[in-house]
Amino acid sequence: MFSDFDTDVIFNNLHFLVEGMQTTLILTIVAILGGLLLGTLLALARLSPFKPLAFVAGTYVNFFRSMPLILVIFWFYFLVPHIVGRPVGGFYSVLVAFVLFEAAYYCEIMRAGIQSVRKGQIYAGQAIGLTYTQNMRYVVLPQAFRNMVPILMTQAIILFQDTSLVYVVGVKDFLVSADLVANRENRILEMFTTVALVYFIICLSGSLFIRRLQRKFVT
Amino acid sequence: MIELKNVSKWYDEFQVLDDCSTAVDKGEVVVVCGPSGSGKSTLIKCVNGLERFQQGTIDVDGISVGAKETNLPRLRSQIGMVFQNFELFPHISVTDNIKLAQLKVLNRSEAEAQKNAMRLLDRVGLADQADKFPSQLSGGQQQRVAIGRALAMDPIAMLFDEPTSALDPEMINEVLDVMVELASDGMTMMVVTHEMGFARRVANRIIFMDEGRIEEDCSKDDFFNSQRGERAQTFLSKILHH
Repeated sequence: MFSDFDTDVIFNNLHFLVEGMQTTLILTIVAILGGLLLGTLLALARLSPFKPLAFVAGTYVNFFRSMPLILVIFWFYFLVPHIVGRPVGGFYSVLVAFVLFEAAYYCEIMRAGIQSVRKGQIYAGQAIGLTYTQNMRYVVLPQAFRNMVPILMTQAIILFQDTSLVYVVGVKDFLVSADLVANRENRILEMFTTVALVYFIICLSGSLFIRRLQRKFVT
Repeated sequence: MIELKNVSKWYDEFQVLDDCSTAVDKGEVVVVCGPSGSGKSTLIKCVNGLERFQQGTIDVDGISVGAKETNLPRLRSQIGMVFQNFELFPHISVTDNIKLAQLKVLNRSEAEAQKNAMRLLDRVGLADQADKFPSQLSGGQQQRVAIGRALAMDPIAMLFDEPTSALDPEMINEVLDVMVELASDGMTMMVVTHEMGFARRVANRIIFMDEGRIEEDCSKDDFFNSQRGERAQTFLSKILHH
């Protein structure tokens, strides 16, 4: 079965695969940054003493965490053009979907992170005259973020894998690009083995990096 | 300078402060002592509004702490506070700890904040530790930095919440020395502590608390010369005997 494994098909279509990987990486990075930003705001809202705000943020998080990601991707694919009144293309709709979806998960990570900061630190920030916003910005969130780096990175790896779900709306990420090549050249085995290998190497390196980071943080 | 009138506070049903009234004049050093759970830490945290209270009033320099319209961050920036567990910010250097509020609250220039930080580190004897992180310092050193951080705001009064309780015995004096010096410079101070030696040396008045009430509020001499009630007597004999 592997006797006619053709590596040329990979190298001949390399630029095509690289382009797909670029899309995958852009999606991942934007979803991480956007999700983290929105998620942190949601976490602050969830912890707010102002109950209606906490309720709205809580509902948002529970809603998205109860939805299959693939459904959210589909949903935004059809919804976003309706809202903005013109076709936006698959890429931007999945970008929005990923940011909004990931924000729910990052919210919960950051919430745990904020709660891991000792009460005394908040007192200390208040006592030197910092406002609530300044206290969060300069004292609490940097510590919360640091405490949560390993979990945030783990979530990033999951996200990297999950971006392959854009397959369902035909956005040309790494997997879809490989799929197109596979069908065109009739080299399904070669292409999907390559895809698996690339995902495996990237995710494993990420995991190993996190483990090293954790060891550094513990000591 | 600091005036508390009939302050009461409840955690749900449980009353932690019961009708507490006292005053600290400008330049006065008042030591607050009492058994654990007597409400002394809660009382001192009420003074700069870190803890809310349900009844009574607290005025600091004529500004009501409990009033809705009071700008609490602004008021707090004028009152220094030192905590039992130091509470230095672990993610920034010692110097940055002292600079943070100068830059963000007082809007001082980078150069001015830096100059102040160095001056204060020198004052608490830690100029050579400027670039270290809090976790690299001993407890006593951390607490001295924390005092420097509070002083950087040029406070009109200083609150100390058991500043030496978390310290190893050999480090207590280095912190107390800084506090004694501060007191002799005329700083208005309210100090929750069990360090009766410190109280004897620099306190003007002693407040003794028990079960949320101020049981004694008298001059140092009266307090140490047996002019005190039975509870204070019992407490004092307990902490002086070991």
